[in-house]
Amino acid sequence: MSEIQLNQKNGTLAGVLGSHMDKILAEWLREMSNTVRRSDLIKESDLRAECSRFLQLMKQATELDGNNFQSPAFDGVRDMLAEISRNRSQKGFKPSETATFVFSLKRPLFNEIQAQHKGDAEGMAAGIWSLTELLDAMGLYTTEVFLKSREDIVRRQQEELLELSTPVVKLWEGILALPIIGTLDSARTQVVMESLLQAIVQSNSRVAIIDITGVPTVDTVVAQHLLKTITAARLMGADCIISGVRPQIAQTIVHLGINLLDITTKSTLAAAFSVALQRLGITFVRETVKS
Amino acid sequence: MVVVSAESVPVKSEPDVVAVRRRVREVSAQLGLSLVDQTKIITAASELARNTIIYGGGGTMQVQTLNGPRVGLRLTFEDHGPGIPDVALALRDGFTTGSGLGLGLGGSKRLVNEFEIVSRLGEGTRITITRWK
Ligand SMILES: Nc1ncnc2c1ncn2[C@@H]1O[C@H](COP(=O)(O)OP(=O)(O)OP(=O)(O)O)[C@@H](O)[C@H]1O
Ligand SMILES: [Mg+2]
Repeated sequence: MSEIQLNQKNGTLAGVLGSHMDKILAEWLREMSNTVRRSDLIKESDLRAECSRFLQLMKQATELDGNNFQSPAFDGVRDMLAEISRNRSQKGFKPSETATFVFSLKRPLFNEIQAQHKGDAEGMAAGIWSLTELLDAMGLYTTEVFLKSREDIVRRQQEELLELSTPVVKLWEGILALPIIGTLDSARTQVVMESLLQAIVQSNSRVAIIDITGVPTVDTVVAQHLLKTITAARLMGADCIISGVRPQIAQTIVHLGINLLDITTKSTLAAAFSVALQRLGITFVRETVKS
Repeated sequence: MVVVSAESVPVKSEPDVVAVRRRVREVSAQLGLSLVDQTKIITAASELARNTIIYGGGGTMQVQTLNGPRVGLRLTFEDHGPGIPDVALALRDGFTTGSGLGLGLGGSKRLVNEFEIVSRLGEGTRITITRWK
């Protein structure tokens, strides 16, 4: 290799990674512990191993294809960044803390590039600019993957929530209660309503109380699901009572023009329970104990 | 009329309806609307958002908070779907071309103070609702 080529290589990222890897690693780790110290979330030795592996991958990639993050040479780097991001989002890091993994590499690399270009202002500017672009692209990428995996986690949790069996509570022989909590949208409503109908069959109940205290909005879709369920329950010989109808919900139901005329509605579960007992002909008498 | 703030919320798929309700709840609470008025405009937004998705093929909701002379919340639902051939008919209670109750449009009109609908065949639909404090 001629001397000129050697010099050029020395000033590039591949060059400095090749010749000063250990120093860069040490400075990077120090930099990271200054900005984000998350020893609660990741072990020092794990972090060191991770960083060292990452620098190796960077070295290989930059040797192959300079600072071009989009090129196939960077596949390994991208995979590792994605892995780190996903991993950290699961561990509870903030997105900024995850991006810091990349950004805290700026100063150590800048220092090296600078040192290599002593007295060559133009070369230094070009080297630093290209390095900045690369690190920014990597930082953005970690943030993207991070957010994507957060979304995945949220989606999974939503699905899990859906599968949680809805509590159908037997209040009395022949009386069921179904407290609905949360947003009723098509998918969930279907599950909730089916489990009510199933419970009615299994327990041979005659009255079912659907409590909507925990439902924030009753719109036409929710109302339609309620009406369908109540009709189906009737066909199976059970009467439904809707309880937990708050004043503001009562008003919106009226304005929407939803006809609940022949369905008994009560503001509280207790009131609905007492109606249910009446329907079954059960009365309670307070005994006065004679002394 | 002074528009204090404006933002656009995507209304593309079913989960967006939940986000629409959440956003309208937040903004109407910040404005200090009464609980009943909050519930009314949230419910109307839920209806219109769902129509935007089901019939309009998706669109956006514009949220504007108004101040001066009156304080209020204005929501604009816009899509570039097929449009509504007969608006008067669509507003009639019980009319549906889908499988709904046919109460969404008429109902949301009754839930708000101002209701404006502009729909052109083949171009899309824009519905603006306002609830004053
Ligand atoms: N954005 C829109 N684009 C095109 N057509 C629409 C739009 N919004 C409503 N429509 C038409 O108007 C009809 C009535 O709408 P409305 O919301 O009142 O009832 P629905 O959606 O059918 O049932 P519900 O809202 O009670 O569940 C719809 O069936 C549809 O044909
Ligand atoms: Mg509708």
